[in-house]
Amino acid sequence: MNFFRRRKSLNTQIAHDTAWSFHGGLVLPDHKALSKQHPLKKAALPPQLVIPLQQQAGGVNTPLVEVGDTVLKGQKIADSKNPVGAPIHAPSSGKIVAIDERTIPHPSGLPAACITLATDGKDTWADRAPIGNRYSELPAETLRQAIREGGIVGLGGAAFPTATKLTPTHPIDTLIINAIECEPYITCDDILTQHFANEIIRGIDILLRLLGAPHCIIGIEDNKPDAITSLQHALKAKPDDRIKLTVVPTRYPSGSEKQLIKLLTGREVPSGGLPANVGVVCQNIGTVYAIHQLVMQGNPLISRLVTITGEGVRNPANLEVLIGTPIHQLIEACGGYQENTGQLIMGGPMMGFTLEHDQLPIVKASNCILVTPKTPEIKQEIPCIRCGACEAVCPAQLQPQQLLWYSRSGEHEKAKKHNLFDCIECGCCDYVCPSHIPLVQHYRYTKSEIKTREQEMAAAEIAKQRFESKTKREEALAQEKEDRLAKKRQQLEKKTKEQHTDGGTKQDAIQAALARVKKKKDAQDAPKVTEPASEPATNPTDDTPTPQTAAERAAAAAKRRAEKKAQQSPATNPTDDAPAPKTAAERAAAAAKRRAEKKAQQSASTNPTDDALAPKTAAERAAAAAKRRAEKRQSSAHRGPS
Amino acid sequence: MHFQSAMSPHTRSAAHTGTLMKNVLYALVPGVLISTELFGWGVLINLAIACVTAIVAEAVVMKLRRRPVAPALLDYSALVTACLLALSLPPIAPWWIPVIGVLSAILVAKHLYGGLGHNPFNPAMVGYVVLLISFPRELSQWPAPGDMLTHTLSVTETVRFLFTGILPETVRLDGITMATALDYTKTQLRLGDDLATLASHDSYGWLGARGWEWVSLGYLLGGLWLLYKRVISWHIPVAFLGSLLLVASLFALIDSTYFSPPLFHLASGGVILAAFFIATDPVTASTSPVGRLIYAAGIGVLVYVIRAWGGYPDGIAFAVLIMNLAAPTIDHFYQPRTFGH
Ligand SMILES: Cc1cc2nc3c(=O)[nH]c(=O)nc-3n(C[C@H](O)[C@H](O)[C@H](O)COP(=O)(O)O)c2cc1C
Ligand code: SF4
Ligand code: SF4
Repeated sequence: MNFFRRRKSLNTQIAHDTAWSFHGGLVLPDHKALSKQHPLKKAALPPQLVIPLQQQAGGVNTPLVEVGDTVLKGQKIADSKNPVGAPIHAPSSGKIVAIDERTIPHPSGLPAACITLATDGKDTWADRAPIGNRYSELPAETLRQAIREGGIVGLGGAAFPTATKLTPTHPIDTLIINAIECEPYITCDDILTQHFANEIIRGIDILLRLLGAPHCIIGIEDNKPDAITSLQHALKAKPDDRIKLTVVPTRYPSGSEKQLIKLLTGREVPSGGLPANVGVVCQNIGTVYAIHQLVMQGNPLISRLVTITGEGVRNPANLEVLIGTPIHQLIEACGGYQENTGQLIMGGPMMGFTLEHDQLPIVKASNCILVTPKTPEIKQEIPCIRCGACEAVCPAQLQPQQLLWYSRSGEHEKAKKHNLFDCIECGCCDYVCPSHIPLVQHYRYTKSEIKTREQEMAAAEIAKQRFESKTKREEALAQEKEDRLAKKRQQLEKKTKEQHTDGGTKQDAIQAALARVKKKKDAQDAPKVTEPASEPATNPTDDTPTPQTAAERAAAAAKRRAEKKAQQSPATNPTDDAPAPKTAAERAAAAAKRRAEKKAQQSASTNPTDDALAPKTAAERAAAAAKRRAEKRQSSAHRGPS
Repeated sequence: MHFQSAMSPHTRSAAHTGTLMKNVLYALVPGVLISTELFGWGVLINLAIACVTAIVAEAVVMKLRRRPVAPALLDYSALVTACLLALSLPPIAPWWIPVIGVLSAILVAKHLYGGLGHNPFNPAMVGYVVLLISFPRELSQWPAPGDMLTHTLSVTETVRFLFTGILPETVRLDGITMATALDYTKTQLRLGDDLATLASHDSYGWLGARGWEWVSLGYLLGGLWLLYKRVISWHIPVAFLGSLLLVASLFALIDSTYFSPPLFHLASGGVILAAFFIATDPVTASTSPVGRLIYAAGIGVLVYVIRAWGGYPDGIAFAVLIMNLAAPTIDHFYQPRTFGH
């Protein structure tokens, strides 16, 4: 059954000029007017900025400043050695007052290292050295390096370091600019485009030169007529026949990279591949503006446009916000909360994640703060009736109902065969499911289960190899020692024989010695010793191993057998759900869980805002949070071109 | 200030399985009204008995399975099963026929397999087949359409007849029953008659079986409304009716004295009811669009085969159950191509 009418675009006065489409998707109530009724404002400079060290996918940043340092606006304050990474810059001038763990806006709700900057109110810039118009003469590598140094990450959601994306593995013929903004409520890209169309066109020129690409397509949904007009004007003022503006029907999730590439070029990025595989690089329009600001003004990425919206906010608006500004301050700037608020969401209603409180900073990836009104009771989940509504809307052309089945029954292999990992977690299936099944939640959970299990199996394999090579090494050492001893003994006996020539023939003595050596060797070979031979070297005639060593050897052998078995069993029996942590993998999993719980417990107790409401225990909540975080990491990795 | 946490997406459509099932019930109304007009009060009484049985059975099973009762009743799936089964039964069948049928459907076909969403076979059709095999006489006794009767039973007369088997003194049982056109055709063809002579029989109407054409039209109306409301997609009705038409036309062309005309097949028996309401049960059908085309086309062909050469005059229940059995295999072989593969 197909419950969803795929309506024709609501906005018929704008012609669509795309010949392709993607499967499924939804026409959602867009709620965009809400945040467009007030003009773009600059958010006030807050007294304190809390800047998480890690705001991008890739290398972990370490602070370059210490508590007590004074910094200037735009000064680099954290960086990593990893080429895939993006440094962090001071969003304003002031003094570093703390470098510690704080809760950051993240699905996990867990704390992470942050630099806290007390602003001095002067907002004094550090020396900037903009590249300016010279960009057209500079080699691509220099521009790329500048973009990395400028801390530029993708502003479309995944926060993937842009310099890395601009180092494509294949020749690029088309740059796609994602101005789609398909999530309901969010309007920051729309507003940005309306205000800075000329800068964006210049930014595109920078990127086209950098990539050596001949074409650019700007994709925009037809529900943004003002932004479309602005871009048309900018293109008229500065004609550039490499750049094409393509208006597409409003349909979620046309902003998702792979779907957008299909929509604009008809090319399908292969599963597990990158846009570069089909000759495309895709950047969010906000990212392009940030690159323009960096190249032309020398401004690193220290601020962004954020939509503050939802029925739970009095005066929704778009604000230009310094990274690190606490959310509550932005809400206040928008007139505060309405009466009955429900959820505080970072991002949109389809892909965003909820925040438990508003004492959290804006980060580079934050495009929207959405406050929903209190919702009436949620209709209870009932069984899947296999209606196929989910399949009809899935833009990844999956069968969500089958994935649900395999996720629930823990059939990981089947879930993988049905391409669970091609799910982009857009939430379309979830949205239409008439049985109100939280499908995406199931997929995230199963994805993380599979990943964890695979990592553990890989870890077990490494451990096994290490163990085996260690054993081999030790056996070789023992053998060497043995050979040396045998040689010595032989020489010794030869000498004694020579001294007592009257006691039997020389030949007999040698024969006897050889026999002894052989006997000893046999004895040692039999149990396949793992430890170095332990008999005292001072007693060269003692051929039989001591009872103690024999016992040890037997024990070692038994242990090895047991371990080997343990390592193999998860592979042969992946669905074994026995409660007792018997196998190595299970033991490792249990240990990981214990660690996570411990850590989570600690963090929960240090976080005063974490208590109350949910009837779960702190450990449970924290463990769930840890899991969510892992899942989020995965999903963002999925979204990004990692 | 503390906010609720939840996983994305944070919004969902208003669609609800209970609402969809309710729409299916509404869509039956035109067919039920026409049916009642033609075949008497028994239609409604059957429906009532079946619905009450279904509600009680569903509630008791959910209690026994220690599951919440209210959501199971509010998904309306038990009522849909009951109504579809009741509408497949002769409206003069004794009261225990719908009771046994519904109990087989709800207890055996649905809950023994794990309840809603887990049953491989269409519960209504399982109930029907259980009855057909156990009580063939009761299941083959159809009332004559009202326009042929000298005496139509009143509500109280019908209730008395269904519950006690006693007819008013002036009425004889064979005075109110008549072989259906499908039944009559089958027996007469076996006796060597040809279609041309059969068509003048009382059981024939202007298009299909007498009276059934109108009932079918009623169900068609409801079915089209379901399509319009997107409760069902076009795949199953179109493939079912299409394949039945195609096969019937083929054989009618080969020998029109022996094989009934294609439209006769559409307008007789439960074809239209099945095409829009029964074969479209998502739980037991194939789940992907292509799979559904194959699944439904299979039903169409099987209905024809059973009607033309099988032991039963109408073959819908068996055809549906056989294709239910094939649905998982069809789903296995017709998975859509995932994006990027
Ligand atoms: C379901 C889904 C919807 C998305 N919608 C948008 C969007 O509307 N606008 C956007 O810029 N990026 C969107 N993205 C992210 C893009 O896939 C892609 O990561 C981004 O355009 C890359 O540009 P960036 O690196 O400059 O951020 C979406 C991703 C997903 C999975
Ligand atoms: S998961 Fe939901 S939408 Fe998908 S088939 Fe099942 S009931 Fe329908
Ligand atoms: S969340 Fe995954 S399965 Fe669901 S519609 Fe989106 S891509 Fe398909």
